[in-house]
Amino acid sequence: MIRFEPDRSQYPQPGDDGKLEIDLETGKYLKLWHGPNHPGITGNMSVELTLCGDEVVEGKVHVGYLHRGFEKLMERRTFIQVFPIVCRVCVPEPDFNEWCYAQAVEELAGIEAPEMAQWTRTLILEMGRFNSYMMAMGGIGGALGMGVIGQWMTYVRDLMLDRFEEMTGARIYHMFILPGGVRGHLPEGFAGRMEEVLATAERYLADVDKAMFTNAVFKARTKGVGVIDPALFEPYGVTGPNARAGGVAKDLRKDAPYLVYDQLDFEVVTETASDIWARAMVRRRDIDVSIALIRQILAKMPKDGPVMAKLPNVLHWKIPRGETYVAGESSRGEYGYYLVTDGSGYPRRVNVRGPSYTHAMALLEHLIPGTNIADVAALMVSLHTYPPEIER
Amino acid sequence: MMRDLHDHLKTRYRLGDLAERRANLAFVDVARADLRALLVELRDVHGFTHLSLLTAVDWIEEGRFQLTYLMNNRTANRSLGLRVFLDRADPVGDTIHDLWPTAATYQRELREMFGIAFPGSPRVDEEFILEGWTDMPPYRRDFDTLAYSQQTFSDREGRETHDPRAHMAKKLNPEGQR
Repeated sequence: MIRFEPDRSQYPQPGDDGKLEIDLETGKYLKLWHGPNHPGITGNMSVELTLCGDEVVEGKVHVGYLHRGFEKLMERRTFIQVFPIVCRVCVPEPDFNEWCYAQAVEELAGIEAPEMAQWTRTLILEMGRFNSYMMAMGGIGGALGMGVIGQWMTYVRDLMLDRFEEMTGARIYHMFILPGGVRGHLPEGFAGRMEEVLATAERYLADVDKAMFTNAVFKARTKGVGVIDPALFEPYGVTGPNARAGGVAKDLRKDAPYLVYDQLDFEVVTETASDIWARAMVRRRDIDVSIALIRQILAKMPKDGPVMAKLPNVLHWKIPRGETYVAGESSRGEYGYYLVTDGSGYPRRVNVRGPSYTHAMALLEHLIPGTNIADVAALMVSLHTYPPEIER
Repeated sequence: MMRDLHDHLKTRYRLGDLAERRANLAFVDVARADLRALLVELRDVHGFTHLSLLTAVDWIEEGRFQLTYLMNNRTANRSLGLRVFLDRADPVGDTIHDLWPTAATYQRELREMFGIAFPGSPRVDEEFILEGWTDMPPYRRDFDTLAYSQQTFSDREGRETHDPRAHMAKKLNPEGQR
């Protein structure tokens, strides 16, 4: 394959302090804002690019477009009042916030959710993961000019949202997992309707395989592009599919099983190339894992039983001083909640550890220099980042 | 396992008692002067190579900030939270961006949201999330969110605000019967 090699003799050189000397007055460089409103940006954030020719020599990530001060808001609410707002930290996969928060509160308060709730929570997390991957697949197709992939995936995600709606009453923010358990049982005949969605998804995903992963343009623009050296994974806090695409077979569902994952049978998906193609492929194959897990959960879960543990009077619920960290494997990597309590009826501190915090900031800024301007969108989307996790 | 590690480390570092939360999660107080050496040993000798998070807790009543460095051993799946306490009146932390480059982002956020200085951390004084912020760092406990909202924003014209208790009593019992 022939790749364009630009003339790099004109590129800025680092000064004694290691910083690039970029003098815009020379006319050699161009500042370009990639976002916050741009089809190639992953949500409300922007990257300030400095270009020399069509190659990026520096990229600075700017966030702050949707900061809502969630962590501060939580400190002013009782433990039960917090649960409806945590899901709003992350739009495409909100359920992870609900589970992490509920689990952290239960741990500090010494409560255990009933078995039925554990299975339902696992089902919801896998349905959320499926939806999040649908957006990721559509996003990577869209970033490389294949808008139809986004349309197919949006349709399939919408079918899954129908299942969420009948289960929880809501499509996006479900507020179904709360401290002590879940809000209810599955509706009658849910498994059958879910099977129809999964079968439809598989038909569309077979089309995605043909249209995207065997597409010559897709391969040319993703293989060998945006490679993350596996040596960077630990210094830069890279987890989840981004690390698995570089051969790191780490998945918290397997390594530190939570909920009922230890009773489920699944493989950790890995690739080795660590480029955009490998990251897209890990996600594509992980969708199959999610589909298989949803089927397993529906087949194995108990048919009835209590869904809520007995809670104290939630209006006067005080939790002893303590701290804990609850984390799980979200569709983007390690997602965790650090909860500190002080014996009062309010959390002292809630800190959300979203995988995008590391992937979209330090890692992206490190990866961007040397990228062709046309590949920046694909690189960003391949990291599967959501800005709300950075400014929560 | 965590207790063995704690016993091993406390012979050389000033550590507090081990607070075990789960079999694979514990927290311990560390003297600020020992933090860096301990982090390096945990990373290079004991396999705690992954910095899960770095954040702060404001213990305003005690006049101090708590920095929590949550270190994770991804092979053994164990996490150790190191707690370092800083004087709230003059909070200065030690940058670890050279050990984990991603720590620079956390430190930038802590500088902005809690007003904790991290001298030498890259771009630490650049605005991160807040733009043109002149008030006190907003994640401090003494930042009054309600007062800030009332000073900064105004109600939409024509909007009525009811006292929730009186409003609901009137709705549920319009006649005012006892």
